[in-house]
Amino acid sequence: MKKILGILGLLITICVFTASLNENFLSAYNLQNTLRWTALYGIISIGVAFVIISGGIDLSIGSVVGLTGSVLAWLLTVRGVSVPVALAACMGMSLAIGLAHGLLITKLKLQPFVVTLCGLLLYRGLARFVTDDQSLGFGSSFEGLRALATGSIPLTEKFSIPLPAIILAVVGVAAAVLLRLTVFGRYLLALGSNEEAARYSGIRTDRIVIAAYVFCSLLAGVGGVLFALDVNSVQPSGLGEFYELYAIAAAVLGGCSLRGGEGSILGVVIGAAVMRVLYNAINILHIPTHLEFAIIGIVILGGVIADELVRRLVGRKRVAVKD
Amino acid sequence: MSAATPLLEVRALSKSFPGVRALDRVSLTLHRGELLAVVGENGAGKSTLMKVLAGIQSPDSGEIFIEGAPVRLDTVQRATTHGIALIHQELNLAENLDVAANIFLGREPRKFGFIDGGKLRADAGALLQRLGMTISPSTGLHSLAIGHRQMIEIAKALSKNARILIMDEPTSSLSSRETEQLFRVIGELKSAGVSIIYISHHMSEVRALADRVTVLRDGKNAGELQRGEISHDRLVRLMVGRDLAKGAREDSAPTGEIVLDVDGVVTDAYPAERTDLQVRTGEIVAIAGLVGAGRTELLETLFGVRRRLGGTVRVGGQVLRGASPREAVSAGLALAPEDRKRCGLVLDMFLRENLSLVAAADDARFGFLNQRRERGRSIELTEQLGIRARGPKQVVKFLSGGNQQKVVLGKWLALQPRVLMLDEPTRGIDVGAKDEIYKLMRRLAGEGVGLIFASSELEEILLVADRVLVMHEGRIAGELSRAEMDEEAIMRLATGGAVAGAGVA
Repeated sequence: MKKILGILGLLITICVFTASLNENFLSAYNLQNTLRWTALYGIISIGVAFVIISGGIDLSIGSVVGLTGSVLAWLLTVRGVSVPVALAACMGMSLAIGLAHGLLITKLKLQPFVVTLCGLLLYRGLARFVTDDQSLGFGSSFEGLRALATGSIPLTEKFSIPLPAIILAVVGVAAAVLLRLTVFGRYLLALGSNEEAARYSGIRTDRIVIAAYVFCSLLAGVGGVLFALDVNSVQPSGLGEFYELYAIAAAVLGGCSLRGGEGSILGVVIGAAVMRVLYNAINILHIPTHLEFAIIGIVILGGVIADELVRRLVGRKRVAVKD
Repeated sequence: MSAATPLLEVRALSKSFPGVRALDRVSLTLHRGELLAVVGENGAGKSTLMKVLAGIQSPDSGEIFIEGAPVRLDTVQRATTHGIALIHQELNLAENLDVAANIFLGREPRKFGFIDGGKLRADAGALLQRLGMTISPSTGLHSLAIGHRQMIEIAKALSKNARILIMDEPTSSLSSRETEQLFRVIGELKSAGVSIIYISHHMSEVRALADRVTVLRDGKNAGELQRGEISHDRLVRLMVGRDLAKGAREDSAPTGEIVLDVDGVVTDAYPAERTDLQVRTGEIVAIAGLVGAGRTELLETLFGVRRRLGGTVRVGGQVLRGASPREAVSAGLALAPEDRKRCGLVLDMFLRENLSLVAAADDARFGFLNQRRERGRSIELTEQLGIRARGPKQVVKFLSGGNQQKVVLGKWLALQPRVLMLDEPTRGIDVGAKDEIYKLMRRLAGEGVGLIFASSELEEILLVADRVLVMHEGRIAGELSRAEMDEEAIMRLATGGAVAGAGVA
């Protein structure tokens, strides 16, 4: 809970700072866009949060986004497959990817870093191969489907809620319930904290770890579909590139420990928001976009340092009080 | 031993941590060539005191004198220059390096900027010889048994010209032969003028080794005994501040049908040996043996965390395939593992979460946690087992060893197991809490649970078991009934002697 307050504070600080320098930040248009992008990144960040809580890592998310986005566009525009079949194929594919990761990591005891690093390379290559490395556009024939990513529900005259935000809310609530209120979530937290103890308690740790990787890839697949629909044109070599790092950064900012066993869904969503608002701030404050990565890196590092310092300060104070 | 100025004197040392006063005006003295045993229950402040002396932690107040001169031991380096070295309970050695490199790690002799391998090995060899060890300095550390590793730690301390060696439970993982060797080395070190502070739970060691004993209780000095005054009862009384109500199990409890039936089980540790054993309801069976006899491996194989190479295991008639702990658990077979911090508990989780670790799946409805039952169970078990914690939301990490073990047991009791296996049930647990664990074991037996426990403490076996199986090198070397068991008979079997053999080990 305290961790969430910290990251929430960071988010509010960046918002206030940006808004005070440029009033356009608070315009309905800008807010809606930022919200839409936060939602897209939030979805894939929630996925990786499950894996990180299990004590693992998934570096393949960006490539899974690229592959599902490319395959969706290819199926719909080149192969002429119907929308439901194309969606089902994309979901099935990302599910299979997660299952493969999970099986390799639990049954063959390969390191998650290695497995998903290979995945990062493999899926990107597949995406470019399947599409002949050609950009594919949805054109104007899939407006109904595109509404998933670009549509919105009017709230007031000026402001409407983007559909991806609704999707994020549904996914986020489901994920939070799964993590906090179910046996699965409890056992995931337990094995992330101490896998041996979980195993010695008769918990089927393999199944839970596999499920975490499946959720992660599945949500990356959902993200891939939405990202592709959002930009309306898919570039197989570029779609989703670096997104695994955004997702991991959001999860870590949101309180997930890379040691495992710790994390909250709300924190991760706020973490994703911080990333997007930062990006937005760089744009509207006319900071050279070449600095984008540098600024995001500095702010995350600063946030983590501040978090650690506050924790130490609180720890010391407690000692003083008890004496 | 000059009576005038002690080698080391500690006066009124205090140290607090969040919520605990670990040391409260503790004092002690240590003379040249003396072995001072420091005993006390867990949490009495022994470890903190040792860490302060070794420069790992700095005290809040108090004074330390070496040869009468006040010193500050703020860092490990400073403690080292004053000749103080701590031999850790968990050894700090690099597995991938050889013995010589480990002894001189960070202080390698150099020639033109490169490590002088010849001198390194020669110096290490001299130290090993001094300790009466026959191994070569270029032996890889990974190939050494735990007892040898400890000697390497001691060699390392001597290489720094340590005058004061602090040993924290040095025998906790040694076999009896290794222990003997350690005692011999300790004797030689003492006659060479090295002083030793010796921390131990084992009364027999303290009696055998100590010139003097300082007892700590709740972070304070509870008393001191000279060599002639040391007795088990007096030590325990000082440690717990009261007499323990003890007494061996009166008679073998009436036992029922066979609830655990092990037939020809082969473990991966001793693939050539087959093990048969049976446990009846209401019975407490002990497995004795030296370290490395295969007790832990046997229990873990039965539980399914280790691969079983052959044989059958039946729990209440149900055959276990040995595929996973899950299967054992659903048949009603539970294991309280030897290393409870690593295998028994999720240290960063709450008390209530740990107590429900096993039962959560059974309580659940449609996969959802039953929070109400979890809270209820936590309160109930806390009271029933006498777990001393601040409440259901206490993080388990901060509980004492005895209370942690109760949590492990509670986790299993939530499931009402048919057979409870315990591996070293009271390792690292203080005297008072041990007694409670024994009572609990007897109560469970009284309720019809079959218990089987592995233990290195003969006292404990004699106190609790109805029957003891003695293992030697992976084999059950013999069985002793309640009437037949005594320390001598058990040790004879454990060291490979026959039951009827005359010689005493």
